[in-house]
Amino acid sequence: MDARLTFLELPEHRLYAPDESPTEPPVVRLRDFTRAFGANTIIDRLDLDIHPGEFVALLGRSGSGKTTLLRTLGGLDDAPGQDVSVPSSRAVVFQDARLLPWKRVWRNVVLGLKGENQRERAHDALREVGLGHRIDAWPLTLSGGEAQRVALARALVREPRLLLLDEPFAALDALTRLKMHGLVLDLWRAHRPAVLMVTHDVDEAIALADRILVLDGGRIAAQERIALPRGERAELTHLLRSKLLGILGGTATSDAVIPFPQGGH
Amino acid sequence: MPILSKLSRTLGSSRWLSPIAFLAVWELASRTGLIPQRTLAAPSAVAGTLAEMTLSGELPSNLVVSFERVLFGLAIGVTTGIVLALLAGLSRRGEAAVDPIMQIKRTIPTLALTPLFIVWFGIGETPKVALIAFASMFPVYLNLFSGIRGVDARLVEGARSFGLSQAELVWHVILPGALPSLLVGLRYSLSIAILVLVVAEQINASAGLGYLINNARDFLRTDIIVVCLLVYAVLGLAADGLVRAIEARALVWRPALLDA
Repeated sequence: MDARLTFLELPEHRLYAPDESPTEPPVVRLRDFTRAFGANTIIDRLDLDIHPGEFVALLGRSGSGKTTLLRTLGGLDDAPGQDVSVPSSRAVVFQDARLLPWKRVWRNVVLGLKGENQRERAHDALREVGLGHRIDAWPLTLSGGEAQRVALARALVREPRLLLLDEPFAALDALTRLKMHGLVLDLWRAHRPAVLMVTHDVDEAIALADRILVLDGGRIAAQERIALPRGERAELTHLLRSKLLGILGGTATSDAVIPFPQGGH
Repeated sequence: MPILSKLSRTLGSSRWLSPIAFLAVWELASRTGLIPQRTLAAPSAVAGTLAEMTLSGELPSNLVVSFERVLFGLAIGVTTGIVLALLAGLSRRGEAAVDPIMQIKRTIPTLALTPLFIVWFGIGETPKVALIAFASMFPVYLNLFSGIRGVDARLVEGARSFGLSQAELVWHVILPGALPSLLVGLRYSLSIAILVLVVAEQINASAGLGYLINNARDFLRTDIIVVCLLVYAVLGLAADGLVRAIEARALVWRPALLDA
């Protein structure tokens, strides 16, 4: 595991920023976080800090515990007696947009919000994701990409300090997914929430994140920090992808393939 | 020739043709004496009686009486059904308390309770309304209960992640999600209410459609009986139309209705 944590160096570029000592306290802080269902340990003594405005991608195979981690950070699962601190201002975007079909788009956006000018706030948020004209539409008339953009607007209208994305683009076609990457980055730059994005798409993680965590067996198996500006990562993608896939796949085979015992006739 | 064949094809595919032909045969059989008046009145006689009873006010006044029975019975039955379904659907303890009793109730055919209701409530309006209420309660209960339990858990979880309170969840997510099921239950309840009305009105009624039918039977007035049957049919159709109208307004977000 130590070998995986050492940073890859290329001669031309300094690809990874050193761990700068943060001036602000982290928005997410987990220490020795463990989660088990019965005898099945999903997350195993995990330490995690996410700093304000940081974009973190969480990679992992199915069953690696990434969804469980996200649910805990999103407040969907309780974590009694654990050292977990997350901001109260947070919002989740799920893989399926989870819009209420019986509420018009703008009412979905401001769902649960208190205060005046709700329609106006919804309109501003929808304009930001390029859907100002669909403010009165019914959710079931939206395309998959549109629904996901409404879900983003619904998250951002709350001005969260922590934005949790649970494989938000996995159900979209490749072209729409690329457009959504650009949109998410624009929104992130404009609002500066800390982002934790769960994904199983290595390229997506490399394209978007400041830091990539690989979760395996309930522990952080590796992490990579990327200092290169987004858009200049093409060269890096190739190298990093094979490295990350190696980490993901390498453990996969060693776990999954059990060799036959010798001389078992 | 092509015009004729086209005409016959149009007539052949028309859905009006067979009912009209049926009426014509019926009328012809009555006129020729094949069907005696005391067995079944001719369509023309029925139409005449309908106009006569409407103009004299006999039919409208009795219709109002029957209508009120259905209305009161349904109001009580549907309200009770909704309240019980909310109790059972929204809490495990409520389910444990309410659902077994409702399942026991389901096994008793409502109409079999008629003698008991007469003993309890006499022979006035009360047993009629009570029977309709009792019968119309269950479809609403059953459908709303399963509708509440069937609300998409992912939507509930999504809404919960945005900080909705329990009451807000019920109001914004669970109840609207269960509304389509409630309307299905309501449609069943309405048709059952009319069915029970027909039977309940045979209990020593002094007004209402059932009273008209009983009287007509005693005087062998088959025309009046057929008029009342027609009115029952119209009541059923109107009830169905009412629920459809409610659905069109309340479920406007559904794609099938959006396309229409």
